[in-house]
Amino acid sequence: MHGLINRAIERFIRDTYGRDVWALIVARAGLGFSEFEAMLSYEPALTCDVLAGAEQVLDRTRDTILEDIGTYLVSHPKLDPLRRLLRFGGVDFVEFLQSLDELPGRARLAVPDLDIPNLELSAHGGNIYQLRCDVPTAAGPGFGHVLVGVLRAMADDYGALVVLDHAGGGKDVEILQIQLLSEAYSSGKMFDLAAGQGT
Amino acid sequence: MSGAAEGLAGLLDQLCPMHALLDATGHIAHAGPTLARLCPKEEMTGARFLELFELRRPARSATMDDLRALAGRGLHLMTRGAPRLPLKAVLTPLPEGGTLGPSGGALVNMSFGIAVTEAIRQLNLTARDFAATDLTVEMLYLIEAKTAAMEASRLLNLRLQGAKAAAEEQAFTDTLTGLKNRRALDPVLTQLMASETDFALVQLDLDYFKEVNDQFGHAAGDHVLQLAARAMRAETRKEDVLLRVGGDEFVLILSGVTDAARVRDIAERVIARLEAPIDYEGQPCQISASAGGALSCRYPHPQAAEARIMEDADIALYAAKSAGRGCFRNFEPSMRQDREARRSS
Repeated sequence: MHGLINRAIERFIRDTYGRDVWALIVARAGLGFSEFEAMLSYEPALTCDVLAGAEQVLDRTRDTILEDIGTYLVSHPKLDPLRRLLRFGGVDFVEFLQSLDELPGRARLAVPDLDIPNLELSAHGGNIYQLRCDVPTAAGPGFGHVLVGVLRAMADDYGALVVLDHAGGGKDVEILQIQLLSEAYSSGKMFDLAAGQGT
Repeated sequence: MSGAAEGLAGLLDQLCPMHALLDATGHIAHAGPTLARLCPKEEMTGARFLELFELRRPARSATMDDLRALAGRGLHLMTRGAPRLPLKAVLTPLPEGGTLGPSGGALVNMSFGIAVTEAIRQLNLTARDFAATDLTVEMLYLIEAKTAAMEASRLLNLRLQGAKAAAEEQAFTDTLTGLKNRRALDPVLTQLMASETDFALVQLDLDYFKEVNDQFGHAAGDHVLQLAARAMRAETRKEDVLLRVGGDEFVLILSGVTDAARVRDIAERVIARLEAPIDYEGQPCQISASAGGALSCRYPHPQAAEARIMEDADIALYAAKSAGRGCFRNFEPSMRQDREARRSS
């Protein structure tokens, strides 16, 4: 699994629950080291071990942990660069949703060996959308839950009001249900095109 | 503007929002919505194009004919008003008759080129200010994404560098005493030679150390070595390098020292400290030390004399030992002759 993904899990736990809790999880997962390197690759089993450790130490289900990681990725001030990269997807939330098909390509542009599952959005009328994620079941389910957290936080960011549900899935696929109640519910967060370019 | 011309302007607004339609006299008949962000619309429409934009390359132009002659070529413009921004442009003459825009006029399409970030900042542009097919927003995305990825890689490199430095430091350090070890000797000397720094090299052997080891065990020996290292540190300066090069053998490199009397003084103070009785678990241990020194400034070409300096300090050390131990000798050429005489006899 890419170090960025492992690092995201690590930073979420450290920033939310503290280093002590992270140390407990590391010990439980038997990592043998305390920090993931964002730009290195790791065995997929390590990610599963860490998540299993987190479930036990935090006494929470994997789904809710993954969803919180998704929210953390977009809303934590430390990760503002990531939020900005996502905001480049579209000028409003609907355009952003429609740009999700491009997400794996956009991720690869930034980090060539970062694999994001293929995503496919379909509109069902009445402001209802369905997002299909092609997640290899072998890699362990869960990407859809991270995405629920990401989309929920992005909707806030754009100022849209949405109802989001993980609608299960099947072999190698997870389905998200998205209902857009209001596209301009609040003013959302600022997005300056050139703000990330330094001075 | 005629109905047909207005239709064209509307079309162009969507396809190339940074365009200007010029009339036959070179005045702006219509400006696209993004171009119009450069200055108030009422100031732009009707203004002479070359009064708002300076044509810098390929040639300065004054008249509409000059401009129309540049059809199809890449143009470099600069806004004359604030904010001063460079622009790229291309111009297409419009046909006579007014069926397509102002008769005898021209269409100029512009972009911010490489200064796009600055322009976005100055004009507060958003993605909506660019045509849907324009790759500017993707380019900005790419710059940010790559910057973030580069930063992550840079941090990784820094950490790897730190880890390497720590590993090297460990490899050059004697873990028992915290002094440098034999492996560090060559790099230290090489560095002194390279920086042409003079130094005194002192070889120091502990006396009676074997007796302490035999009588009280290795733990006592280790304790004595640690105290010896502390004694040497106490009598030397921070810039001096202390090495434990063997079991009870030490090398002191006193950088910048060129005075034999000073070397003697330092060495004798170290020896005096080492001779103070050491208490090991209630048992008194007594050691001493013999030392010999050599000065790099005494060699015409110190850079080539590394081995010789070591050897001469070693000869001086043996002179100190033969003089009854517990003392220091500076190397003298006569010592070498003495030794050679002993060898041949």
